[in-house]
Amino acid sequence: MTDTHGHRPAAGAQPAAGARMPSARAEQPGAEPAPAGSAAAEPEAAARGASGGAEPLLDIVGLGLELPGAARPLLADVSLRVRPGEVVGLVGESGSGKSTTAKAALALFPDGARPTGEVRVAGTDVLALRGEALRAHRARTVAMVHQDPRAALNPVRRVGDFLTERLALAGFAGNRAAVRGRAVELLAEVGLPDPARRLRQRPHELSGGMLQRVVIAGALAVGPRLLLADEATSALDVTTQAEILDLLRTVRREHGTGLLFITHDLQLAAAYCDRVLVMYAGRLVEHRPAEALFTDPRHPYTRGLLECSPTLDEAAAGVRPIPGRPPSLADAFPGCPFTARCPGAEPECERWQPRPVPLPGDGMAACRRLAEYEPDGAESGGADAGTDARGAAAGAEGVERAGADPSPGPVAVSAPARRDAAPGPVSGTTEGGAG
Amino acid sequence: MTAHGPVAGPEAAGGAPPVLTVDALSKTYPLPGGGRLTAADAIGFTVPRGGSLGIVGESGSGKTTVARMLVGLVRPDAGTVTVDGRARPARPARGRAARLARAREIQMVFQDPYVSLDPRLTGRQCLLTALRLHGASGAAAEEKAERLLGQVGLGSREGAARPHALSGGQRQRLAIARALAVEPRVLVLDEAVAALDVSIQAQILQLLGEVRRETGVALVFVSHDLAVVRHITEATLVMRRGTVVEQGPTRSVLAAPVTPYTRALLAAVPRPGWDPAAALRAAAPDTP
Ligand code: SF4
Ligand code: SF4
Repeated sequence: MTDTHGHRPAAGAQPAAGARMPSARAEQPGAEPAPAGSAAAEPEAAARGASGGAEPLLDIVGLGLELPGAARPLLADVSLRVRPGEVVGLVGESGSGKSTTAKAALALFPDGARPTGEVRVAGTDVLALRGEALRAHRARTVAMVHQDPRAALNPVRRVGDFLTERLALAGFAGNRAAVRGRAVELLAEVGLPDPARRLRQRPHELSGGMLQRVVIAGALAVGPRLLLADEATSALDVTTQAEILDLLRTVRREHGTGLLFITHDLQLAAAYCDRVLVMYAGRLVEHRPAEALFTDPRHPYTRGLLECSPTLDEAAAGVRPIPGRPPSLADAFPGCPFTARCPGAEPECERWQPRPVPLPGDGMAACRRLAEYEPDGAESGGADAGTDARGAAAGAEGVERAGADPSPGPVAVSAPARRDAAPGPVSGTTEGGAG
Repeated sequence: MTAHGPVAGPEAAGGAPPVLTVDALSKTYPLPGGGRLTAADAIGFTVPRGGSLGIVGESGSGKTTVARMLVGLVRPDAGTVTVDGRARPARPARGRAARLARAREIQMVFQDPYVSLDPRLTGRQCLLTALRLHGASGAAAEEKAERLLGQVGLGSREGAARPHALSGGQRQRLAIARALAVEPRVLVLDEAVAALDVSIQAQILQLLGEVRRETGVALVFVSHDLAVVRHITEATLVMRRGTVVEQGPTRSVLAAPVTPYTRALLAAVPRPGWDPAAALRAAAPDTP
C-alpha cells in the first residue's frame, strides 16, 4: 500500500527487479492457513506460551516505544500475534497506541522514537530491515487500509492508474493488456460492479464504500500476507460497513491473509474478530477470545468501555460514562495507568507495575485485583497474580461477585458505585438509579 | 412517552402544545446533469418541551439538511418551522433584535465544535460574549458563565483555556454551554458525539440528559448511530434519500421496525453473534 499516512513514506513506485510473480494466490503462505471459517481458529494463550499452529504472520514481542520529551512511553510491553487467516482486533481510545502498534508491522515509527522488543512479520525481523529490503517489505508483505480511502488515492488519477501502480510495485510482469486484465479481476474480486468502467473513473466519481473497495483491491494487488485495517470502516454507513467487513472476511478466507483490525469500537471488534486486544495508555490491558469479551470482560477498563457504549439491546442498562478522559502523552503513570478512572482502584494500584495476568482458559488482563473476582479463585493467576493481589484481596475473595454489597465492589460493575454522577439512563425515562 | 401514533409528540398525551413543530419541510437541489435532488421531502414532526427526537439515516439521507433548515442555515423550498407557536420566517432575520430572538429559539451543536467556537476566546470569554449579546451584563453575566461552565462539567482551568488547548470532549462541552447560554427552546445536535472517544461520548450523552431535565430544552438529535439514538431520544424519524421511511416512538421504531429499510439498518449494527454476510442477506431482498 502506498503509505500516505506513514511518518516515513515508503519509497516511490520502484518495481523491484526480479520480483516474483505476485498473483495473490501464489503468495499464499506455504503452511496451511488456519481454517478461516471457525471463529476461534487459534485462540492463543495470553501469556503467549501457546505454540503450535501455523507460523504467525505478525509476531510482536514486548514492543516498547520511547519518544524523547514524552512523559510516558508511547508503547510499553506490547505483545500480539496474528496467524494466517486470523482476524485479530486491536481496540482503544485515542492515544491508546493502537495505530502506533499496527504501524510497527511496517517499521513505521514517529520521528525520533526508539523501539525496543521484537516485531516479526512472516518470520522476518522487521526492526532489522533497511534500505531496499525495508522498501520491499512495506510495498509487498504488509498492506494497510486506512479510514479515509480518499487519502490513499490521488484525486486526479484514475482508478486504473492506481491499480497499475500497485501491480508494478508488486513486480507484476506483463503487457498493458495483461495489467488491465489483472486490474479488472481485482476490482471484480472486491465486488465492484462494472469493473472495466471503474478503471476509467476518478475518485470523486465513486462513493466512500466503493473507494474503500478500490483501496482493498490495491492492497490485494501486491498479494500481502498481512492486512492492517486501521479504522477502515469507521467513516462508512453501517450497511456499507457490513459490506466491507464481509469482503475482508472473504479475503482472509481465500488468501489466508492475516488481518489486524484496529478500531475504537469494542462492540464491533468483539462482534467481528476472532480475538481482541484492548489497549490503554500504550499498554495491553486485556486479551481475549472475542465472545468472552461480551460475556465476561475482566479488566475494569474493558468493562467500562462496554458499559459506556450504547447498544440496541432493550434490556441493557443506560450508558455509564467512565469518569475522566483518556490519557495523553503528557500523563505519566508510576503504576497502573487506569488508576485515576478505575472504580476499583486502591492505593496499591498506583504503584503496581502492570503485567499480564493469565486468565483460566484463554487470555489475560493486566489488573492486580483480578484474582479477587475470579468466580472460584483457584486456577486463575497462579503464583504471579496471587502474590500481587494478596495484600488487597484480604478476605474479599469471591464475595463481591454476589453483588450484595456494592461499597467495596468496584470491579463488580453492576454495582452503581460510581464516583461521578448518578448512573441513571441518559434518556431519563427510567429514573431511579438502580441501574 | 405515551404516544404510539406515527407522529412524535404530546398530542396523544393531550398535554401542552409542542415547543417545536415542523411541517412539510422540503428542499431540492439542482443536479449537474439536470433534474433535481430531493434532499428533504415534506418532513414533519413535533417535539414537546423537554422532549427528544432523533433523526437517523445514512449519508445522503437528508438528515443534515433537515437539521440545517431548522436553524436557518439552509432555506427550505417549502414548509414551516414553528417554535412555541411562532412560525420562523424563511428568510434570515433582519435587524439585531430579530436575530437575537431567533437565536433564542433554536441553537445548534455541530460534530466539530471548532466551526462554532472563536479560537481567540477562552471558554469563559466565549460564554460571556454570547451572554452579553443577549442582554446579560456585569456580575450577572459572570455568574451565569460560571454556572454554565459548571453545568457542562468544565472547571475554572478549562474555562480559562482557548479551544485549541481543550480536548475534543471539552470543546464539545463548551459548544453545548455556549448554545445553552442563550436559553434556547430547542437544541439541534448534528452528529454531536460522533467524533468523540467512546468514554467521552457517554459523558456527553449523560450531560445532555441532565441538561434536558434541568432546563426543559427540547433536543433534536441527528445521528447515524442507532444505538446512541435509542439512548437519548423518545421519538425517532428514519430518513432515506430525503424522505421519512419510518417515524414513531423510538422504542417501537428500533425494537419492531415496520419498514424493510429500518430493519436493514438495524441488522447492520454489530452485536454478539453478528455476521456481516447474514446482515447483508437480510437486507438484500428489500433494499436495492
Ligand atoms: S483495580 Fe487497580 S490495577 Fe486493576 S485496573 Fe483498577 S487501578 Fe488498575
Ligand atoms: S451570541 Fe451566539 S447565539 Fe447569540 S446571535 Fe450571536 S452567535 Fe447566535
